[in-house]
Amino acid sequence: MALDDSKREFRFVGTRPDRPDGLDKVTGRARFGADMNAAGMLHGAILRSPHAHARIVRIDTSKAEALADVKAVVTRADFAEVPFKPGLAGEVWNVLENVMAGDKALYDGHAVAAVAATSALAARDALKLIEVEYEELPYVTDVNAAMRQDAPVIREGAADFSVPDDMHPNVVRRHESGHGDVEAGFAEADLVIEDSFETEATHQGYIEPHACLGQLGKDGKGELWCCTQGHWIVQKTCAALLGIETANLRVTASEIGGGFGGKTTVFIEPVALALSRKANRPVKIVMSRAEVFRATGPTASASMDIKVGMKKDGTITAAQGEFRLQGGAFPGAPGDMTAMCAFAPYDLKNVHQVGYDVMTNRPKQAAYRAPGSPMAAFAVESVVDELCRKLDLDPIEVRLKNAAREGTKASYGPRFERIGLVETLEAAKAHPHYAAPLKPGQGRGISCGFWFNHGGETSVSLALSEDGSVQLMVGTPDIGGSRASMALMAAEVLGIPYENIRVTIADTASLGYNDVSHGSRVTYASGLATIKAAKDAVRKLSQRAAAKWGIPEDAVKWEDGCAVPSGPNAGDFDPLPLAEITAEMGQTGGPISGHFEATPEGAGVSFATHIVDAEVDRETGATKVVRYTVIQDAGKAIHPTYVEGQFQGGAAQGIGWALNEEYIYGEDGRLQNAGFLDYRIPVASDLPMIDTVIVEVPNPGHPFGVRGVGETSICPPLAAIANAVSAAAGVRMRHLPMSPPRTLAALKARDA
Amino acid sequence: MPEVHLWSGLRGLADGKESVEVEAGTVGELLDALVRAHPALQEAIDAGVSVAIDGRIIAGSLTEPVPEGSEVYLMQRLRGG
Repeated sequence: MALDDSKREFRFVGTRPDRPDGLDKVTGRARFGADMNAAGMLHGAILRSPHAHARIVRIDTSKAEALADVKAVVTRADFAEVPFKPGLAGEVWNVLENVMAGDKALYDGHAVAAVAATSALAARDALKLIEVEYEELPYVTDVNAAMRQDAPVIREGAADFSVPDDMHPNVVRRHESGHGDVEAGFAEADLVIEDSFETEATHQGYIEPHACLGQLGKDGKGELWCCTQGHWIVQKTCAALLGIETANLRVTASEIGGGFGGKTTVFIEPVALALSRKANRPVKIVMSRAEVFRATGPTASASMDIKVGMKKDGTITAAQGEFRLQGGAFPGAPGDMTAMCAFAPYDLKNVHQVGYDVMTNRPKQAAYRAPGSPMAAFAVESVVDELCRKLDLDPIEVRLKNAAREGTKASYGPRFERIGLVETLEAAKAHPHYAAPLKPGQGRGISCGFWFNHGGETSVSLALSEDGSVQLMVGTPDIGGSRASMALMAAEVLGIPYENIRVTIADTASLGYNDVSHGSRVTYASGLATIKAAKDAVRKLSQRAAAKWGIPEDAVKWEDGCAVPSGPNAGDFDPLPLAEITAEMGQTGGPISGHFEATPEGAGVSFATHIVDAEVDRETGATKVVRYTVIQDAGKAIHPTYVEGQFQGGAAQGIGWALNEEYIYGEDGRLQNAGFLDYRIPVASDLPMIDTVIVEVPNPGHPFGVRGVGETSICPPLAAIANAVSAAAGVRMRHLPMSPPRTLAALKARDA
Repeated sequence: MPEVHLWSGLRGLADGKESVEVEAGTVGELLDALVRAHPALQEAIDAGVSVAIDGRIIAGSLTEPVPEGSEVYLMQRLRGG
């Protein structure tokens, strides 16, 4: 879409007003997924497989159904028939198979049946009366083991066109890209380093577990309230899984206590609706934390081989990587994105990357902030760091020397438009953190990170009230402060105070389709749509003023919240404020609203550079991050406090991923640590103050220059922290998380 | 005619070619023309692709114009979290 209305001077954008949901959140008035109730409501509970891989021979639900408190029991037979297709073409089938197992249980925690009863306790008790006869099958939970020819086959026929015939059926997608001649490039290098790296699966760790309340009548009409990052995808998917018309299911998104990509699909929502259809009463399901860990999507785990060649002056001559990602028992692990992001910060003549999507007997992976990119950065930036150390080169100077700029041919193909990587590196070099002395036992790490960002289908509606206040309806659940950002952008166009605009996340019956709040798209795409919808309203307001004054429409312009004559020849009229036009709108042509619907294409990629200082306890192997600075290109920060919050949040989650968080599977194929006691996310006392620097290199694809900021902030931390820990420990850390036992083992191996 | 560059994983489906010239004014026409020239690309395109036109990434819109002489790259369909 052509943008002929770019704006770079602002009155409201860039200020830091109070958040609109602040009082609701601190008083407990905000309604999250589990806060919705209905008269006659039943409680649902889900029976889950204790086996990593097993054929379901028989399910007998008769004893559970005989209980007076039990009003419905469902199994796979209660869902629609959905055709199977290989790869991601079969994603609806994949989601159904994950929501409720078919012939086989595919991982520890896989849903096999569900109950609706008059209380949550009665529902859980009834699960114990469901008899499932399993035939246990061999299983595999490790990505490299799953690719070996002797690995148990999880599902034949799941591989798409991209996978060579001689690969194991567990390999379901393959991506290969790059340019130049890497072998020639390596031959030019003074030093070539080849190394291998691993990252473990981590959960998004949102504090609010999945929760929903669903009702579905035998007439195929239903309502659903749930916590989600995107209620239109919930509507579409549930309709497909239950065999009803999409428009007959109205979905309302609750407040959301974190998502980070993990709430971009469905788990319990179709189950609640299937139970409701059978029981003819509303059904509420709330996951326990253990269920969240066992049965919702963690990120993919990765095994990676990297080779980079460098000249003595720091010029990178060639780079190649192989990225093997497991995403549970379904296609979808982002091997392709991992490969495409891996070398994106560099201007490379010779680059080659291959990514694999591999199935294992684990839960279906879900997106987690810039899916694939953090792992890739960990592996690549570790090797670049090692080259700098061996060649005694400054890590920022080397990155500047090889940095991607406007016009650089990206490692994934096309040339970059205007990007801000160099600006983040220059800001890092100039930051006091980079020059600060380190104490003995401490190490400093640097890393760059990259993410694509996204646009997506977007609809926005803006309705003016008679008193001049504005209701703005968007369809993207607010996971990062978007209500504040939308109000600021609307205020900027309308010229009225931020406080006069109320932003609501509309339900699926009130607005056109909206893609999920993912891909760092909301401030970009819903923001662009908000600006356009506000301009649509301004056009209509100006028309009313023109009619009142009896002058042509094009003789009116909009300034500081008022219609004014466009010049001396247009006539001599006092400015007409918005509220004076809306006060009469019922009598001057009817209600005034603004609308915009589009799929904006121009999200603009983004880069970040992080600086980390870490300290390693040589006796326990415990790591403390003592100083952290995030520098990222935001294009234009609409509400800088929220942008800084995104930067800090990415760093905090990255610290958890780098140091402690991991899915641990036992020999029995079961998840060993399905709770926050044994799966350790960072708490406030684990974190230093995370300093932030907002770089603003405007995105040409947005009227105000916005680039998404939600995901790029988690791309550099794994690598930056690993580089800091490696420097502090004096040994290269190749396996995340760098938990105390793993770091201690590395220290011992170094000394041995 | 725009020249469409393929990621290397696709070249086996297009007689080993790194790029294909097609007659097209929009992204949708471009994808249709690619499949006409190399039918084996159908599955890859159905599975989802994004297109970069002179560096600007078009995630999924088929109606975006493809200017004469532009540099076009086919990309794996982008997904986010």
